[in-house]
Amino acid sequence: MGRKILLVTTDQQRFDTLGCNGGTIARTPVADSLAATGYRYERAHPQSVVCMPSRSTIITGQHPSTHGVWMNGVALPVDAPSVASVLHQVGYRTAIIGKPHFEPFLDPFARFVENGFARSGVFTTTQPSSDGTAGPHRGFEHFESATHTGAGSLHYARWLADVHPEAVGMFYPVLDPELEVNALGGGDTGAPQVHDNPIPRDWYHTDWVADRTIAWLDSLAADDDWFCWMSFPDPHHPWDPPASELGRVDWREVPLPAGYIADVATRENVLDAKARHWRAWYDGRLVSNYEAPLRWVPATLTADQVREVNARNAVECELVDEALGRVLAAVDTRGWGDDVDVVFTTDHGELQGDFGLLFKGPYHVDGLMRLPLIWRPARSSSATPSTVTRPVGLVDLAPTFCAIAGLPVPSWMEGRPLPVDDHDADARGFERVLTEWDSVLFGVDVHLRTITRDGWVCTTYQPGHSHDGTEGELYDLASDPLQQVNRWDDPACAATRSDLLADLWDQQPPMRSPRRRVEAPV
Amino acid sequence: MLGSIRHEIRIRRSADDVWQLVGDAARLHEWFPGITSSPVDGTSRLITTDAGLPMPEEILVVDPVQRRFQYRLTSPMITHHRGTIDVIDLGLDVDGATCIVVYSTEADPRAMALVIGGGTAGALDELRRQMETAETEPPADDHRDDDV
Repeated sequence: MGRKILLVTTDQQRFDTLGCNGGTIARTPVADSLAATGYRYERAHPQSVVCMPSRSTIITGQHPSTHGVWMNGVALPVDAPSVASVLHQVGYRTAIIGKPHFEPFLDPFARFVENGFARSGVFTTTQPSSDGTAGPHRGFEHFESATHTGAGSLHYARWLADVHPEAVGMFYPVLDPELEVNALGGGDTGAPQVHDNPIPRDWYHTDWVADRTIAWLDSLAADDDWFCWMSFPDPHHPWDPPASELGRVDWREVPLPAGYIADVATRENVLDAKARHWRAWYDGRLVSNYEAPLRWVPATLTADQVREVNARNAVECELVDEALGRVLAAVDTRGWGDDVDVVFTTDHGELQGDFGLLFKGPYHVDGLMRLPLIWRPARSSSATPSTVTRPVGLVDLAPTFCAIAGLPVPSWMEGRPLPVDDHDADARGFERVLTEWDSVLFGVDVHLRTITRDGWVCTTYQPGHSHDGTEGELYDLASDPLQQVNRWDDPACAATRSDLLADLWDQQPPMRSPRRRVEAPV
Repeated sequence: MLGSIRHEIRIRRSADDVWQLVGDAARLHEWFPGITSSPVDGTSRLITTDAGLPMPEEILVVDPVQRRFQYRLTSPMITHHRGTIDVIDLGLDVDGATCIVVYSTEADPRAMALVIGGGTAGALDELRRQMETAETEPPADDHRDDDV
């Protein structure tokens, strides 16, 4: 019997939303406890700051340029490499429960396998794996899905429609009638994507994901080894947690985030010093990507709206933390408590008020790139808790799972097993982490390549709709942790910039060719 | 807001052969993955998707000379839609007769163009597969996306 693996992901959660990372709004004792007894990473970055590419990186251990899911709406092929397949092939029981998002959700022609599971009443199918052998879909023998809403074709929506049909319409409509990300405001402040959701807490998707995870674990034999990816849809917008829970955090008492620049002139000067699409979005002149509401102008965002969004986000983080606590208790009840590695992270962050912005897009700053990442090794491994400050990436998760299972890391994985402390990181050369962005939306294309190394974040913009290929951003994380001073054109930083760019292009995998097709907006 | 999407694919069959299938409105479900039926009544066509969604359409152009097929979705949730399929003769090359099929979609709301456009791209792949079934393995991919 080997070590079991519980991968816990949330969606769009910032580093600073956990107490162990300095967060002060949400109470997250379960995640904090994992961090206190395991490894807490202070500089974990995604390889893409949107869902589908980032989740594809988690499962493949590859950068987006390699796995080819270069923007939301591009499907990860069913026979793409999968760490779940690797584990399943050596006898691990495997499941993903919650939000998968390897394939587009907008699917009127029902072309994508994962959207059809619930409709067909199944939890997996037999598919070819990347090595040509047949196996369960992406290596998961149990694939039970949910997303941010009660409507649709996924398992959670079907369950809600069957058991609590009156609740289906209680959620915020994520998309507006024109299928754009909704700009409709709500709550006390009229903030976009904020909504009072009357759904009872135990019908909400966070508790459902935990319930279904516990049910799957209960179906296993005591001596099974297992890999379970529990994937919470929250705290991604819409910010519509059960209304019964809103009293946990009074938005009027929520402090504004450090990255929120209250003075408008100062804020706009900071934006003007960044690549030009920042200010264009802020002013409502350009929405370059589908992930932000088309009809919302960030310059209209008020301080109170930021407070209310962050309060509701904190409520959602607390509910996730409590749900995780229930699952860990169930694991202990099964007698597995000493043999389970728990990895907690998210797919990408959220601007959440930084620079007067919300949501996400081609903006490679900490709000979107700095992620919570905790690895609590199985207690039986007698690991020494540590804080890892060196840069790591979600690309390192799949190799880590292989290492936990005692398997060699397949050659197609581009990451490495996570370091257990800074000494280990230095010994194995964890110097840098890469993040890339590509998007093409109705004639607007944006392309970023970013390296984080030696305390610097360096982003270069490739030619596109708003950029001629000379623009960039360079931030010194030590002296400018909020990334408000762009030193790209600072002569004093020219050598640093040159060195970082050389390293970036030396390390950046080439985009696969031909580029995979965009199948849907999301 | 209007969105416009174009997909195209090169097929190693004659334009006439491809048009035989593409120009027959009632046979759409034979090569468009995700559409289960496409009965035609005069200039009306009713497609039904695998998701069970009925989508009424009006056929606008069936031009066997230009090899152009044009239609529009008439669902009230779509302010404007125009689908255009062109089969363009490329003549003979070393592999024999070839043609290019261009499938264009414009729609308001624009997001519908992306959603429908993803389906049309899949349809082009299937069309080529069917048309080249007797052929050797097709090239890796000469499919391009434009104007997304």
